[in-house]
Amino acid sequence: MALDVAESETIARVREIATRLKPLEGPLLPILHEVQETFGHVPASALPAIADVLNLTAAEVHGTMSFYPDFRTAPAGRTVVKICRAEACKAMGGDALAAEVQERMGLGWHETSADERATLEPVYCLGLCACAPAAMVGDTLIGRADAAAVLRAAGEDTA
Amino acid sequence: MRTIFVPRDAAALALGADAVAQAISREAEARGEAVEIVRNGSRGMIWLEPLVEVLDGETRMGFGPMTPDDVPALFDGGFRSHAKALGPVEEIPFFAAQTRLTFARCGLIDPLSIADCEVNGGLCGLRRALTMSPEEITAEVTESGLRGRGGAGFPTGIKWETVRKAPGDRKYIVCNADEGDSGTFADRMLMEGDPFCLIEGMVIAGLGTGADKGYVYLRSEYPHAIATMREAVGLARRAGLLGPSVLDSGRAFEIEIRVGAGAYVCGEETSLLNSLEGKRGVVRAKPPLPALEGFLGRPTVVNNVISLATVPVILDKGAKGFRQLGHNRSHGTIPIQVAGNVKHGGLFETAFGMSLGDLVEKVARGTATGRPVKAVQVGGPLGAYFRPDQFDTPFCYEAFDGEGGLVGHAGIVVFDDTVDMLEQARFAMEFCAIESCGKCTPCRIGAVRGVETLDKIRAGEPGQVELLEDLCETMRGGSLCALGGFTPYPVLSALTRFPDDFATTTEAAE
Ligand SMILES: Cc1cc2nc3c(=O)[nH]c(=O)nc-3n(C[C@H](O)[C@H](O)[C@H](O)COP(=O)(O)O)c2cc1C
Ligand code: SF4
Ligand code: FES
Ligand code: FES
Repeated sequence: MALDVAESETIARVREIATRLKPLEGPLLPILHEVQETFGHVPASALPAIADVLNLTAAEVHGTMSFYPDFRTAPAGRTVVKICRAEACKAMGGDALAAEVQERMGLGWHETSADERATLEPVYCLGLCACAPAAMVGDTLIGRADAAAVLRAAGEDTA
Repeated sequence: MRTIFVPRDAAALALGADAVAQAISREAEARGEAVEIVRNGSRGMIWLEPLVEVLDGETRMGFGPMTPDDVPALFDGGFRSHAKALGPVEEIPFFAAQTRLTFARCGLIDPLSIADCEVNGGLCGLRRALTMSPEEITAEVTESGLRGRGGAGFPTGIKWETVRKAPGDRKYIVCNADEGDSGTFADRMLMEGDPFCLIEGMVIAGLGTGADKGYVYLRSEYPHAIATMREAVGLARRAGLLGPSVLDSGRAFEIEIRVGAGAYVCGEETSLLNSLEGKRGVVRAKPPLPALEGFLGRPTVVNNVISLATVPVILDKGAKGFRQLGHNRSHGTIPIQVAGNVKHGGLFETAFGMSLGDLVEKVARGTATGRPVKAVQVGGPLGAYFRPDQFDTPFCYEAFDGEGGLVGHAGIVVFDDTVDMLEQARFAMEFCAIESCGKCTPCRIGAVRGVETLDKIRAGEPGQVELLEDLCETMRGGSLCALGGFTPYPVLSALTRFPDDFATTTEAAE
């Protein structure tokens, strides 16, 4: 079955990554990062494969992974929009920016649009606190952000 | 050939520096002028970014904040006259008023040129350290009075000495580059603007303690800093600054960059070590101290980026000069990050002791919105809120530590009179609830209760303020680390210093 082929390919890729990074001291986070970079998320089938290579239980790998907000169990939308929610940005209208972006994208925090175009995420400081409010759209940083600039960077229709 | 500097710092990029750099090279090509564009770090005057600098003889002339549309006029004016000309960059008052030690090269040099770094004083501290014994190195750092810039303010030299004396053939230097505090960006700026300075500091720490391996734990929210540090480590290896024989000394040191995964609590040193080991980022009980049983149970120095990056200049210029700066037991300089609602935001490195009021009024020049200042949060999300009538508080550990709050990572966030302090208190509790590692109940459950209680205060339910105070007391006394333990600082300072914002609708009506 096609699905099984895809899954066994996934597992082979994951095993390759885990085996290559295993010699690091404390290899699990680097492995999870590379798996996520490769697949856009950490597929469920990756956990037992990583566990096997590292001589851990799948529960231990899951325990670590689930602690960290960065690791996704499902793919994100094509563009990830992050809006800073922290104090310096709040001081410069970050709450209003967040509300407007949420409304115009029709998304709440951590939600992905039905057509998988975009995912909206909160972030707690981007180190752009002297040009707040700040946002990050894909790889693009936006200082003194307004909703129009965020939506433009996200390729959303701003009309 | 004309040399033009356009910063590659993340804040400059967030304000359009790449487009400005492209416009400059396009314009130069169209006019047939030879220009060399250097992508430097930031000088820290963020309100002027993108701050373009043109080398004029020996002087760096500034222009900013630049947009692509401003570029043709730069050429028309012969790189001198321009509507956005600022004159010599180092004479801009915000810059001229500073004492730049740790950040001396940040914004000045090409961050990825070891040669540029060396010409401007880089590696002098390391070369001196290579002539010293480990005891002499740690003694000099202790003598300088340098205290940890990550938040707790622990004397760096004493920490190093503990690791030096600890038994064990494998020791580690772990650089804490998790910089999760809102309102702070000094670590990011340094790593993006002068990465070899941090590398140099880590190698010196290795020489002083007997460690030959270093890790930089860098938050994933900083992709540009990650890329710059990775590239710098590669270049350092090729140049023999890292590797089996540092600068041909026969002493080994290696560095690896590790990326965090979005958890604020992983900035806490023991949580960070668990994370580095591939575990959940849960805080460990102390003792054992990381200095004795740290990464993989081995003696480990955990230091903030700025602590480590300040060591080279201390060794280069000597401990005495550094110690003489500052006041009381706060020695040397501190890169204060001025953020939030300010006219002139950025990084201001100065000796300890400047008053909060001078920082807000003279350095930041008041609010960006032009409205009156209502509150200033000092020291990140766990720091207290101050009122303008407390502006004579000097910026130093002694004045802030304890009851009043904390210096933290030296960020100050300014708010104008539209801020709702109940909302700020609620956010502090919410942040604690989101980021709690879950180990202790007062933090894990208390923060959630805190949010609920603040919502009830908002709704005008009686008796809730007392409940909030009790809750804060429980969190302060019963939390293992400062996330749960210090969240009461912003909450209670908001409550006691801005009581009007907590006056419930019913009380207000009485
Ligand atoms: C919740 C929490 C978050 C912290 N975050 C950071 C951080 O992002 N960077 C940092 O250097 N120290 C942070 N610290 C302080 C570290 O635990 C530790 O004191 C510091 O890394 C020691 O280095 P230093 O002595 O050079 O400051 C944090 C502490 C707590 C309790
Ligand atoms: S105070 Fe909070 S973050 Fe700190 S150890 Fe306890 S539960 Fe974890
Ligand atoms: S608080 Fe938003 S970027 Fe730092
Ligand atoms: S500056 Fe003098 S006691 Fe702090």
